[in-house]
Amino acid sequence: MALQTLDIKNRSASTFSPPSARQTLEVAKLIDVSRCIGCKACQAACMEWNDLRDQVGLNLGAYTDPPDLGDQTWTLMRFTEDVVDGSFRWLILKDGCLHCSDPGCLRACPSPGAVIQFSSGIVDFQQEACIGCGYCISGCPFNIPRLRAADSKVYKCTLCSDRVAVGLEPACIKTCPTQALSFGSKQDMLDLARHRLEDLHERGFAKAAVYDPAGVSGTHVFFVLPHGDRPESYGLPRDPKVSPLVALWRSSVARTVGVATMFAVLVAGILHYMRHGPLEVPEEKGGKEGLP
Amino acid sequence: MSNRDDGIILRHTEGERVTHWALAIAFVFLFLSGLALFHPFFFWLSLLFGGGQFMRFIHPLAGVVLVFLFYPYAARLWRDNRWLPADQAWVTHMFQYMRKGYHPTDTGKYNAGQKLMYWSMIPIIAVLFLTGIVIWQPWIAPAFPPTLRRIAALLHAAAAFAMFVGIGVHWYAAYWTRGSIRSMVHGTVTRAWARFHHPAWYREVTGKDP
Repeated sequence: MALQTLDIKNRSASTFSPPSARQTLEVAKLIDVSRCIGCKACQAACMEWNDLRDQVGLNLGAYTDPPDLGDQTWTLMRFTEDVVDGSFRWLILKDGCLHCSDPGCLRACPSPGAVIQFSSGIVDFQQEACIGCGYCISGCPFNIPRLRAADSKVYKCTLCSDRVAVGLEPACIKTCPTQALSFGSKQDMLDLARHRLEDLHERGFAKAAVYDPAGVSGTHVFFVLPHGDRPESYGLPRDPKVSPLVALWRSSVARTVGVATMFAVLVAGILHYMRHGPLEVPEEKGGKEGLP
Repeated sequence: MSNRDDGIILRHTEGERVTHWALAIAFVFLFLSGLALFHPFFFWLSLLFGGGQFMRFIHPLAGVVLVFLFYPYAARLWRDNRWLPADQAWVTHMFQYMRKGYHPTDTGKYNAGQKLMYWSMIPIIAVLFLTGIVIWQPWIAPAFPPTLRRIAALLHAAAAFAMFVGIGVHWYAAYWTRGSIRSMVHGTVTRAWARFHHPAWYREVTGKDP
């Protein structure tokens, strides 16, 4: 959904000068994992608001259901059983798009306007411009976009851009019964995260930390992790950044140099022809079978 | 290779020529659609292919067509493209050749420049094919791990760039060397052309000294 064109800050594969007549608030969703009870109300609310229904699948021996994100599941409660400091822990992650400030999906996308970033910080896919190449999947350091084979479009969390645009909070926030989810300005959420962190430290979670990775210039969905020293245990990369392979592959400098070199080959041909003319068989001077 | 008595020599059979031009069409198709995906400056080229979505769908299929045209064709040509000691001299004098200051007298059916083109296209097209398979959405790519897909995408772009530069040189060389395009369209060259450009081949085909 993108009706708020005045608020588009960046769009894929475009030389784009963003409109700046009005300022919007930079927003964020804070996920305080320490408060999460794993009820999956957020997952249900996401399906409900976005009108999505995943297939009824198989029980794979874990509480996580369905087993993965998909075109019908834009947020997924992942449950990891782990031993932390000698005791059993049930680590819960509300997985989904983190809405990076430096989105790898947007950098990788070759189709103009198929990925857009709002000044609010929301990164949104525009399915009508999506060509189904899957480059965004390679660009994403968090493995979030899912390509639906039936229509060759990618899907992910929109951070309820349609709701946020009209001043509502995302559906998952609306439904969370324990205030594990909060939504507001990025600054307010950072302040709230700091308070929650102090509280956790007092309660003995000495290694609790905020997960707002600097490698992607911060995110607009970020976490308070009780065991913040081990984000991998939750399924989050320790130091996420756009892969250097993708950065080189989609580097506008490298690609522009490539195009300029191809153009130079054409120019070199023209210049060579102007100077030397065509290579022709020399005039025959008669003699035995017209030897030159 | 047959030759006629009317001063004209058959250089490329009809089958070779048809395959060559089918390859040329496939290449232009792939190059223009690939360029649209490579740099946003050229995304408008997707309009030639029914828009970005259909272009993305058809590009890998055209790639498979090119591979199935190219390798059987290359297999027919390899014997004439074996690297000979005489080819080293052409490479040494390449820039003089381009300035018309050097002309070897022992060139076979293909000169060293043509052989370099031939042997470079064999691995380049293989890289494009294999990396293209790895990033082919939506059916095949999900089977490969993300890092492999990222490497494949980078190599695909780099190999496509190398291929364009190579084919660009090929186009110009064909235009520059008068009589070449005729030989690939009509299939024939004059005896004088064969004697001048490919004397060793002339001897082989006609049994006469050039």
